[in-house]
Amino acid sequence: MKKKHDADSRSRQNRNILRLTYGAAGLFVCMALYFGWFIQFESENVIGNSYNSRLDQFSDRIVRGPILSADGAVLAQTQTSEDGTERRSYPYDYLFVHSVGYSSDHGRTGLESLANFYLLSSHINLIEKTVNELRGVKSPGDQVVSTLNLKLQQTASEALGNYRGAVLAMEPDTGKILTMVSQPNFNANQVDERWEELTAKDNTKAQLLNRATQGLYPPGSTFKIVTALEYRKENPDSWQDFTFDCTGVYQNGEDTIRCYHGEAHGTQNLIQAFANSCNGAFAQIGLELDAARYRRLAEQLLFNAQLPYSMVYNRSSFAMGEEADDWERMQTAIGQGKTQMTPFHNLLLVSAIANGGTLMRPYLIDRVENVGGQTVKKFLPSAGGTLMTADDAGFLSHLLEQVVAIGTGSAFRGAPYAVAGKTGSAEFETGKETHSWFVGYAPVEDPKIAVCVLAEEAGSGGQVAAPIARAVFDAYFAMDPQ
Amino acid sequence: MANLVTTLSRYLMILLIAIYTYYNFRFFAVPSEAGRNRLCFLQEVCLFLLLALAGAVVWLQTDDERMILFFGAQALFFVLYLTLYRVFYHNASRLLLNNACMLLCTGFIMLARISGERALRQFVIAAAAAALTMVIPFVIDRTWQLAKIPWVYGLLGLLLLFVVCVAGSTSYGAQLSISVGGFAFQPSEFVKISFVFFVATMFYRSLDFKTVAVTTAVAAAHVIVLVASRDLGSALIFFLTYLLMLFVATANWFYLGAGLTCGAAAALIACRLFGHVQARVEAWQNPWNDIAGNGYQITQSLFAIGTGGWFGSGLYQGMPGKIPVVEKDFIFAAVSEEMGGVYALCLLLICLGCFMQFMLIATRMQALFYKLIAFGLGAVYFVQVFLNIGGVTKFIPSTGVTLPLVSYGGSSLLSTFILFGVIQGLYILKRNEEEAEHEEET
Repeated sequence: MKKKHDADSRSRQNRNILRLTYGAAGLFVCMALYFGWFIQFESENVIGNSYNSRLDQFSDRIVRGPILSADGAVLAQTQTSEDGTERRSYPYDYLFVHSVGYSSDHGRTGLESLANFYLLSSHINLIEKTVNELRGVKSPGDQVVSTLNLKLQQTASEALGNYRGAVLAMEPDTGKILTMVSQPNFNANQVDERWEELTAKDNTKAQLLNRATQGLYPPGSTFKIVTALEYRKENPDSWQDFTFDCTGVYQNGEDTIRCYHGEAHGTQNLIQAFANSCNGAFAQIGLELDAARYRRLAEQLLFNAQLPYSMVYNRSSFAMGEEADDWERMQTAIGQGKTQMTPFHNLLLVSAIANGGTLMRPYLIDRVENVGGQTVKKFLPSAGGTLMTADDAGFLSHLLEQVVAIGTGSAFRGAPYAVAGKTGSAEFETGKETHSWFVGYAPVEDPKIAVCVLAEEAGSGGQVAAPIARAVFDAYFAMDPQ
Repeated sequence: MANLVTTLSRYLMILLIAIYTYYNFRFFAVPSEAGRNRLCFLQEVCLFLLLALAGAVVWLQTDDERMILFFGAQALFFVLYLTLYRVFYHNASRLLLNNACMLLCTGFIMLARISGERALRQFVIAAAAAALTMVIPFVIDRTWQLAKIPWVYGLLGLLLLFVVCVAGSTSYGAQLSISVGGFAFQPSEFVKISFVFFVATMFYRSLDFKTVAVTTAVAAAHVIVLVASRDLGSALIFFLTYLLMLFVATANWFYLGAGLTCGAAAALIACRLFGHVQARVEAWQNPWNDIAGNGYQITQSLFAIGTGGWFGSGLYQGMPGKIPVVEKDFIFAAVSEEMGGVYALCLLLICLGCFMQFMLIATRMQALFYKLIAFGLGAVYFVQVFLNIGGVTKFIPSTGVTLPLVSYGGSSLLSTFILFGVIQGLYILKRNEEEAEHEEET
């Protein structure tokens, strides 16, 4: 009897041991799969990190590959001299220093940093690689083809002229960044020689700062996009009935809000107030808005939030809370006050409007090719989030179209393509000229390009920033007749 | 030239270990003794070829003739170990011996690359441990009294852990070792084994509620002392091993469920209460937030694995030295970086093979005492490998345990030799029994 009982419990124990063994083997298999997944898919995103010093070693065997523009120009290349020393050179000196960046003794920035791994990998065939290895010759690294367009970049830089500021352009339906200009800039070939001067404490030019993605500015009237959307959301049925009688000066208690140069706009509905950028009308709207909802909308539009972007940038901030007084509410509604925004973020916002509310993830690398031009890796457009409903986007595009049709966007009247956009003239210090903003896209019926311009201390958006944007649009449609 | 040899040999080494690993599992599908012996022989050929290749690379890269001597000594050691074991015990499990040698060999290669001095030290300890533990199967076969002294195992183990907790020296925030005659000695590595013996002897006596309660109390005492020493990895190993042994012995699902629930609750509380636990969990959840601080080790490990890719950078072509404590807890990352992700996966599969063999032996043992010992040691081995590789690859939070036979460290090495020796002993015991029965029948 005892023996039978023992045999029973033994078989039960063995069954349980087997169960546990299968469970354990299953865990191991999961771990192995995870490990494989990491190596195959995830590792690429990880190893480009600047903390990974391993990549530097690759350059012992590989000549760093070149970076090309979308239209085939060489933007960065490594030149090897007779005695074998290598030098990274940038044929366009200043032009791409904030997008392609530089690779120097003082670190790497821009695409030189982001694409570091690709530039130091070589996809020539294995035999050739082996022969090189035997002869002790370095293999050529892969070349990175960026989305940047040389012609547009040159146009944008020339149009911005001597102003400090930024010009950005991207395709709203793909997220490809076509242009990224930040001024003042510096010669990428002279980073090491000029390092001390660039980083000196008394250097007020801040050339190292990429104003396009890192510069924080008051958004001025371009922020009326957010304010107008919030007003419509809070008054879905009655926003069309909005009227405001503009005398050029809006008085609320002791506070005074002036329209640009004190211009009196007369009786304005919401669309007209937006098109003419009437500060009084929007200050009054600001007093009516629900501060908590306003803030939620701003955050939904990526204020105080991370952007879907893998290079250096600063977060825009929307600071107004429910405790804000009337003055702050009025200021915030017209894009003054404590709100701060990067030109890059403003570009993304207007691109999302152009793209029916969906923001495409902005990117700068189109593809990686081996030295023979065969594609090794292609980057495809992907959605970076929905900022607003298609209905909201439709409403805002209508407002933006009216800016050009009847309002401050006169710079685009008569263009062979239809533009929608918003100007802005942001005050930042009493007694100084305003920062000049423009955000917009074209053509209205099927947006192909979105542009953001910020010119520091340049005056009104309509007179300075808008013509710069026009130059970029003109250049774009001249080479791409769609 | 050296670079080319390194590049070529890395593919060959991957091929060799892949073949080896394949045979490791093919073994079970081969019924005949002769066929199995042939497979094991081929495995040994792979092992020695791999060692020779690695030796050549290390020699070329360091340009140090003594390395030839060192790898020659390793080859000699493996030949002697594999032969002598089978001379003394003709029924020894050849597959298990091979696996132990392959894991050791990988460890030697990687350590020689990271630090020649440490590799030499590891080698000397391995040789001594191999010689010492060769008597274990003999002892197990002859000494039935091992099953009669639970309190010796239990109290001795607790006492050792307690001494470490009070007087141990601190490394990486945990009290792990005590110094005896100049040697830093890590008792928890050995108490793992005595603990399994303790639990097995207790359950072998009786499975009534009182015995279970007493055993649980002593097991809990082990875990608590370890937690107090901040040795979380070991605490987890003890806890899970006990729970699984209890479940197998009693076949009671309630114990397993209740134990796991309590364990999870304790883990949550520990996470809230202790800063160091929380730091580990945060470093696991998002190491990229704090690359320079808490996340440093794990991100360096991921850089190593990711940069090495499937085929590795080749020996001496990576930077395993960037990972803190790479030669101990993070050796898996170093192997993956320089010898390749495929090699590392094979290593994982070899460990899995060892574990499955342990379990197979456990199911074949008749007496509950032996069954539980085989199972318990298997559980210890499994949990340890899982915690180590899982931690290195960011599959789970890192707990700071070694990879048996591969990681650097005398205590870990000796205790794993003991563990493998005991399992060999059980296997030999069983085979001898079967042989005797077979002879009686004929």
